[in-house]
Amino acid sequence: MYRPKVRILSNLSMEVVNNGRGTPCQAEQENKCPLYDKVSLPELVKNVIVYPRLLNNPLCLAGLSWGQLLHHLIGKMQFGSRRKKIDTSPQTELYGHALQFYVQPPLENISLSEFETFAVDRVKLLKTIENLGVSYVKLSEDYKKKLWNESRNLNFPYKLEASVKDEKKSQIGQDEYEKRRKDHISHFILRLAYCQTEDLRRWFIQQEVDLFRYRFDGMLSDQKREFLHRNNLQYNTITVEEKKSLREQLVISSYAVSGVTVESQDFYKVPFQDALDLVRTRKVYLKAGYVYIPHQDIVTIVLNDFRTRLSKALALTARSLPAVHSDERLQPLLNHLSHAYVGQDYSIQKNVGKISLEQIDSLSGKSFPLCMKQLHQSLRENHHLRHGGRMQYGLFLKGIGLSLEQALQFWRSEFTRGKVDADKFDKAYAYSIRHMFGKEGKRTDYTPYSCMKVILSNPPSQGDHHGCPFRHSDPELLKQKLQFYKVSPSGISQILELVKGMHYQLACQKYFELTHNFEDSNFSLNHPNQYFIESQRVLGGGKDIKREMEAPQRSQENSAARGSTAAREAAANASQDLAEMTEDLDSFFQDA
Amino acid sequence: MPSSDYDPASLPDLLPLYYRRLFPFSQYYRWLNYGGVQKNYFQNREFSFTLKDDIYVRYQSFTTQNELEKEMQKMNPYKIDIGAIYSHRPNQHNTVKSGTFQALEKELVFDIDMTDYDDVRSCCSAADICSKCWTLMTIAIHILDRALREDFGFQHLLWVYSGRRGVHCWVCDEAARKLSVAARSAIAEYLSLVKGGEETVKKVVLTDPIHPSIRESLSVVERYFSQYALHEQEILGRKESVDKVLALVPEDVRKDLQQSFQNEKKPETRWKLVKDQATRKQATAKKGQHFEKEIMLQYCYPRLDVNVSKGVNHLLKSPFSVHPKTGRISVPMDLKELDTFDPFAVPTISMICEELDRPRTEEESEDTKEKENEKDAAEKRKIRDYKRTSLAKYVKYFDQFLDGMARTWKGELLRKSDLQKEF
Repeated sequence: MYRPKVRILSNLSMEVVNNGRGTPCQAEQENKCPLYDKVSLPELVKNVIVYPRLLNNPLCLAGLSWGQLLHHLIGKMQFGSRRKKIDTSPQTELYGHALQFYVQPPLENISLSEFETFAVDRVKLLKTIENLGVSYVKLSEDYKKKLWNESRNLNFPYKLEASVKDEKKSQIGQDEYEKRRKDHISHFILRLAYCQTEDLRRWFIQQEVDLFRYRFDGMLSDQKREFLHRNNLQYNTITVEEKKSLREQLVISSYAVSGVTVESQDFYKVPFQDALDLVRTRKVYLKAGYVYIPHQDIVTIVLNDFRTRLSKALALTARSLPAVHSDERLQPLLNHLSHAYVGQDYSIQKNVGKISLEQIDSLSGKSFPLCMKQLHQSLRENHHLRHGGRMQYGLFLKGIGLSLEQALQFWRSEFTRGKVDADKFDKAYAYSIRHMFGKEGKRTDYTPYSCMKVILSNPPSQGDHHGCPFRHSDPELLKQKLQFYKVSPSGISQILELVKGMHYQLACQKYFELTHNFEDSNFSLNHPNQYFIESQRVLGGGKDIKREMEAPQRSQENSAARGSTAAREAAANASQDLAEMTEDLDSFFQDA
Repeated sequence: MPSSDYDPASLPDLLPLYYRRLFPFSQYYRWLNYGGVQKNYFQNREFSFTLKDDIYVRYQSFTTQNELEKEMQKMNPYKIDIGAIYSHRPNQHNTVKSGTFQALEKELVFDIDMTDYDDVRSCCSAADICSKCWTLMTIAIHILDRALREDFGFQHLLWVYSGRRGVHCWVCDEAARKLSVAARSAIAEYLSLVKGGEETVKKVVLTDPIHPSIRESLSVVERYFSQYALHEQEILGRKESVDKVLALVPEDVRKDLQQSFQNEKKPETRWKLVKDQATRKQATAKKGQHFEKEIMLQYCYPRLDVNVSKGVNHLLKSPFSVHPKTGRISVPMDLKELDTFDPFAVPTISMICEELDRPRTEEESEDTKEKENEKDAAEKRKIRDYKRTSLAKYVKYFDQFLDGMARTWKGELLRKSDLQKEF
């Protein structure tokens, strides 16, 4: 389909803008609109309505190219010095390789609708990567297959193993070219959307790094070499003598290196900071601050390079954020994109105070997910929880509707039953509970932990009861626990099977189905508070709780409105259509 | 015993004396100033004080040693914590735009706390320690000290007794102070082997082949295991302890061992049976079976509080701070004498204050030459003061540690002044 270009749109008169707000467009009335018969009107209207200030923007009127627009948005610091090079390098050169290091920003003009589609598709892709990373071992066959499919469906490059010869420069087909172009442009759009806060940056970098890893892994070794060469990535290798003297250590430090292959392999010696993933997991030989990496693990260093550069680029982008905020066409979309990733975060509660403290025991039996049940029990038994447990459980309780006062009462009454007296509680613990509710310190209103967070971050250690029981329990203990909760033997074995395959959330959902006599639940579990809501829904017990809970909002929805007032007005004017436009996105993230 | 002499109620009376006459300010400043190589390094450092009644004051900072001294003598903190070096003076953190006040550098720190070993020590629990379980700290220090030096190449490691139930490590190398959060957490994870909380029974799982660093750690554990675990903790003694150990071996082996343990009571022989089973398994199984090693590590390998090491802005109790509950001074530990280090012999505040009141011996009053530290008379008197107490040997060791670091500053300062000449 023909897509209107920003530059062409900029030829339209101001009336069109007003048309978006209800006044008839003069150009339209007179049938003189230059795009009148070329673009389907709804398409055009949508563009104009969603971005009513589009034509007002001097940038567009000046007919700036996409590259220049990005220069403006991302900030001159980052790309200023490279501009000359970019302007002379042909596009085909830019897309010579399926995998990109995203050094140069795109230069072409792009329509707003393409801008939107590209961005939304990439968010979908990254979201898929995040989900796959939790359900499957990264780079396992299933993981790769699913990601391959998703890349193909969303029209991103997926034929990574395509031979280099076919791709000699201009010879890549139009189809492949489009895919690579989309990959390139969408990455840069999301940089704008995800540079705004530390959390967003971390999420974005993590998913981009995983995507890069997957793609790098899919290439043949020739291609890898060419890729490294093309991007000027060179690393120090060790000498034959050094290799000989370290032979034994090298062999027992790396899984895939044997006494035979150590001779023929290149080993790279880099500071340990450049290969943290290998250090963390003890998968590499480490001596005096240097790691010795066999050639096959070179991906770690490349990834580290990728991560470092991306992180720096995002920090720079963030610095020029005011420029993005002043662009009222893009700001609403970028904000929407950036907070879409979390899905519901169950933070804002309309039902605060609708749950009484007496209800908690019975609710924990019926409607708490296993992780919270476990925390609740150990709190009741020990009259104490360590920090990790207090955070995980405390925020969950806040999410189901405990008010600050109730929370303080709840924790105090339980803690003072143990070794802590009321005085000590007020001094040592009350602060952290008020902190959780955003009443202390930097006053962030913390959101309840998602399954992802529970599973991936801060694993429990000695004395801790937090974490995900499906992820952090010995299978034998988990089995006993499930038996205790009267799960049928066949159910238990199904759950344990899922756990074995590292599908912890699916295991939890299976547990939900089994304990609620409910087959094929039609939701996808990714949040302990979601578990609670769904459980209440099924049990029908807490009807009013449920209704109130229907519309938990994203906390960042508010931050979207933090921009300029003008943007807010614009967004309000366009809210209806914006809602329509973003409906897909919303439903997607709710399903995910 | 002097330790039992300490009465927490006397702390408010003793602290002023301690900060006025005993606290080694000059060494303390020498440490945290790091030779003045980087501008504002001391000035932008966060200190936080815990005052009487658990009043907690964060973001204290001082421009000079003198100011630090005055302030500590005025506030008489019950506890001193050291935080990061920030982008601005911490005491002015409210005056700078939010978001620009950031923690930039800090020593890489480790915190090992005996409470984390509660599931593997039978002698004490929670905050209590005894000479039996202290061996765990000795093992932990040997293992971590080696790994940090040999694997990571760090040189300036200050080990400090926390004053009650644990030890801290301050890695002071310049490279360590500049580490990112990600690097700190990677190091902490590299050094962590015991994983899992209350819901995990088997907390150490080795992969095959065993990494060189773990092999080194194992050789440390082996030196202590028989005496410490078999004899002192009697992990193969009573039935409950035996069951706990056997829960860590594969099921088929467990039955065999249970049977053979019936006729065999001697812990040494029982352990030999476990090892024999492991050797047998290793001969038959394709993938390595290391359960005997895993047991040793689960019982003896250092357990780190990873969160303390990760954050650049995390606070850690300062050396020479007093532990309010025990009254013991948080003293640097000389690793040359690690195996004989006795936490119960560490001086308490009441003990060293008492020692001050003793009449001087002749030898002490003569001993006045304290290197090139030619400062005013008060300073000299203070130096003499701590020298008359049992704190002296710890301060002396601290001095040696600082001398070692000073050699790197000298090089760095020389290089800097050379650079300046070029311009």
